Amino acid sequence: MYKPYETTFRNQSLTIREKLASLSFSYLLLITMLAGIGVLMLYSAANGHWQPWAINHLIRFAMGFGLMIFLALIDIRWLMRYAYLFYAGTLLLLIAVDITGHIGMGAQRWINFGFFKLQPSELMKIAMVLVLARYFHTSSLQTIESTKGIIPPLLMALFPAALIILQPDLGTALMLLFTTGAIFFAVGVQLWKFGAVFIAGLVSMPVAWHFLHDYQKNRVLTFLDPERDPLGAGYHIIQSKIALGSGGVFGKGFLKGTQSHLNFLPEKHTDFIFTMLSEEFGMMGAVLVIVLNFLILAYSYSFALKSTSYFGKLVAIGLATNYFMYVFINTAMVLGLIPVVGIPLPLISYGGTVMLSVMASFGIIMSVHINRNVQIGKD
Amino acid sequence: MNRDNDKGKVLIYRSLIMALGKFLLLLVIVGRLYYLQVYQADRYKTLADENRISTRLLIPPRGVIYDRNGVEIATNQQNFQALIVAEQTPNVQETLDAFKKIMPLSDVEEEKIKKDLKRNRSFVPIKIKENLTWEEVAKIQLHAADLPGIYIDEGLTRDYPFGESMAHILGYVAAVNETEAKKDDDPLLQVPGFKIGKSGIEKKFEKDLRGKGGSLKLEVNAYGRIMKEIEKTDGVSGKALTLTIDSRLQQKAFELFGEESGAAVLLDVNTGEILAFVSAPSFDPNLMTKGVSSKDWQAWLNDEKHPLTDKAISGQYSPGSTFKVIVALAALESGVIRPETQVYCNGQMTLGNHIFHDWKRGGHGNLNVVEALAHSCDIFFYEMGLKLGIDKIADMARRFGLGSKIDVGLENEKSGLIPDKKWKLNRFGEPWQQGESVISGIGQGYILTTPLQLATMVARIANGGYEVKPTFTKVTDKNAIRKIDVSDKNLQLIKDGMFAVVNIPGSTAYRSHFNYNGQMMSGKTGSTQVRRITMKERQTRVLKQNELPWKYRDHGLFIAYAPQDNPRYAVAVVVEHGGGGSSAAAPIASKLLLETLMLDPVNEKVGQ
Repeated sequence: MYKPYETTFRNQSLTIREKLASLSFSYLLLITMLAGIGVLMLYSAANGHWQPWAINHLIRFAMGFGLMIFLALIDIRWLMRYAYLFYAGTLLLLIAVDITGHIGMGAQRWINFGFFKLQPSELMKIAMVLVLARYFHTSSLQTIESTKGIIPPLLMALFPAALIILQPDLGTALMLLFTTGAIFFAVGVQLWKFGAVFIAGLVSMPVAWHFLHDYQKNRVLTFLDPERDPLGAGYHIIQSKIALGSGGVFGKGFLKGTQSHLNFLPEKHTDFIFTMLSEEFGMMGAVLVIVLNFLILAYSYSFALKSTSYFGKLVAIGLATNYFMYVFINTAMVLGLIPVVGIPLPLISYGGTVMLSVMASFGIIMSVHINRNVQIGKD
Repeated sequence: MNRDNDKGKVLIYRSLIMALGKFLLLLVIVGRLYYLQVYQADRYKTLADENRISTRLLIPPRGVIYDRNGVEIATNQQNFQALIVAEQTPNVQETLDAFKKIMPLSDVEEEKIKKDLKRNRSFVPIKIKENLTWEEVAKIQLHAADLPGIYIDEGLTRDYPFGESMAHILGYVAAVNETEAKKDDDPLLQVPGFKIGKSGIEKKFEKDLRGKGGSLKLEVNAYGRIMKEIEKTDGVSGKALTLTIDSRLQQKAFELFGEESGAAVLLDVNTGEILAFVSAPSFDPNLMTKGVSSKDWQAWLNDEKHPLTDKAISGQYSPGSTFKVIVALAALESGVIRPETQVYCNGQMTLGNHIFHDWKRGGHGNLNVVEALAHSCDIFFYEMGLKLGIDKIADMARRFGLGSKIDVGLENEKSGLIPDKKWKLNRFGEPWQQGESVISGIGQGYILTTPLQLATMVARIANGGYEVKPTFTKVTDKNAIRKIDVSDKNLQLIKDGMFAVVNIPGSTAYRSHFNYNGQMMSGKTGSTQVRRITMKERQTRVLKQNELPWKYRDHGLFIAYAPQDNPRYAVAVVVEHGGGGSSAAAPIASKLLLETLMLDPVNEKVGQ
């Protein structure tokens, strides 16, 4: 088939200047706006102080911004080439975390590098997208639709997910599996296979229930009936709903959220920051955040669609889906739609690893955009 | 290449489906936001306020009760307590030790403080000691530098300066119990430590005395720490109340009883206002307010003199000879006798095969009605009882306030008993016997009266037959008092008899007479047996009262008024097992009436 642009740009490397010129400023603006909202909310969470969260958040965003631009400028073929290596390295880190955690007789999710704590599970979310994108890029539709063809990627996903569950971090593991599922769906795995997995899941649920930690069981039960334990596990959900609901349409005003500032709302600077925002800025503020995130997703999708390479498309879609998972799970959880799982709201919640991981994802999506016309072979 | 092309198309197709899915999920989030923040906003706003706002009720000062001269008889006293706030002292134990040096704490007290400290958050004030005196407060404040975290807090406690003497009028306040809390929805009752009237005037006028609670709205955080005051609404203090009691006379009357058990009611005969209202012995209402130990409580309950019973309204006594004034009046009014009619008394009277004795062996000889009253001749009144029949006696007794509750606002008032033919048939299914009319003539038999009823009776005689009703609150309209339908002439004969009882040498109460600037007392004695005199005793010698154990001695009764010509005050005194009316009750009535006359402003003017 004749493709007019193929001859023009094939194997051509872009200069830094050309790359910078094709950065999407709208995209950068959207990201910066959300991070700015994050700084504002963390300032409020500390009762109007830059310390201890807002200033750190700002610094981390600046660092993340640098990382994002760096990743945006690298050659997408390079990402493809080293995908497996990156995946293997991340897997090793995960194993290392599990082992040290096991020795230390407690839950351990990070490796301490002194100046910053690395959570390999966050890294794995990116590695997973890259490695699956590479795998499916090189597979034919026939292979994808064959049962044999999806066994290797399935194993590639299940193994790290199992390691993460062992940490134990059910939320992140589920997120990883959802993202994997989304990629499988996107590349064209037949729907009946999803149905089969779904039924298998339902059947194995009682068994899985047995293996859940007590606190995880509690979270699920509490989600189903928050009044079950209003002072214990149900307290978070009840107080979160009160904070949100009492915010009304226009909110109680910046620094004036009573639920947040009088400490009725727990974890207001991390997982429940969306609640605090909704209390202080009302439905207006909450919808603004949802709209900004929707626009980021829309841009990411348009970058994916504009990319001429299958790898690029899939990487952008996978990372965007991953980002969507954060936003949806976090907001749905604080709104009492799903059980409380420790997933933060990216760009707004306080937390270094998620900030860097999300910024890295944006960098890679932008790289897909910049390299949209770069052809990638199947090697 | 074709398959590859398909692969790309599948990716785009499936991705768009996924994008649509994500879009829908985000719409769900927005929908949920709408549901919580718009549809249910009001509900959650209320819940958030409930979280944030802690409303404390402020207890209003209870209304002060005054006597008729403006003397405080129930007040509120400042009550100081020492509190400790753990987080405001560097070392709780050291502070407590320093406190102990100033004021010793028992091990039990210290144990409780430590338990409270452990149980509460460090910013919650914990009570160390209450009911501190002024000196103790001063001492603590002097050492304030050594006592970081210790504060003095003041509250109000009810105080009854006259203690025992007014306990049966005022009653007392104490902590709210469950039934009371259920019946009354005033939120004040839910406040810990709030006290309400449990008996007496405190209970009767509870609503007025209580006032309305103020409220203090505070913003608190999730740990209960107070962040700021939002709003303060002042309550309304309880209304002050003025009673008709004269605290000097009340005190005097109570003291006159000494160790005796009984009751006295002193009335203004023209209005019915109660000047003194005593039931002895009594209890200290201040102890009730602070909380009575079960030991004290048991002692009160087991005391044969029943200090907790208000004998003035719930003690029912056979009126004995004091009832003769009613019988005499009934006899005159119905025409059974005329003023000059004489009856011969030889010491006994026979009816069928039963002999009725006079209290005086050998009898009194010929007597008219005035003389019969003066000497309290039983035979005369046996005769009257027989001739009148019970129904006419009962009718007159009721017109003078006997046989039904008077209701001065106090609980547990007894109605006494004025029997008649119908009553006996209903009660026992038997017809009335003539002999029963005979003994009713001297106030014996079924008849029962309370000291309050006796006081009412004598006041109505003294004021010339006006139907005054005893009351603790000021009477404003004297003209509304009805006249009882009896002739003034007949009433004057009764009064002449009562004057003779006290002021003619040889009469039953002559020993208690007085003359204060020409003002004298008129009265009538009464004593009622609480045991039967046996035939054997009659044959040998009736035992003297002081030879009997206390509970078998006669009740002594005396009703009186003064001054004799234009009466202003009436009194009824009952001394339980006092021996007799003339020896036990008349002296108390006499001293009380004399004191009343001496304190009467009318007489003060005379003195000037």
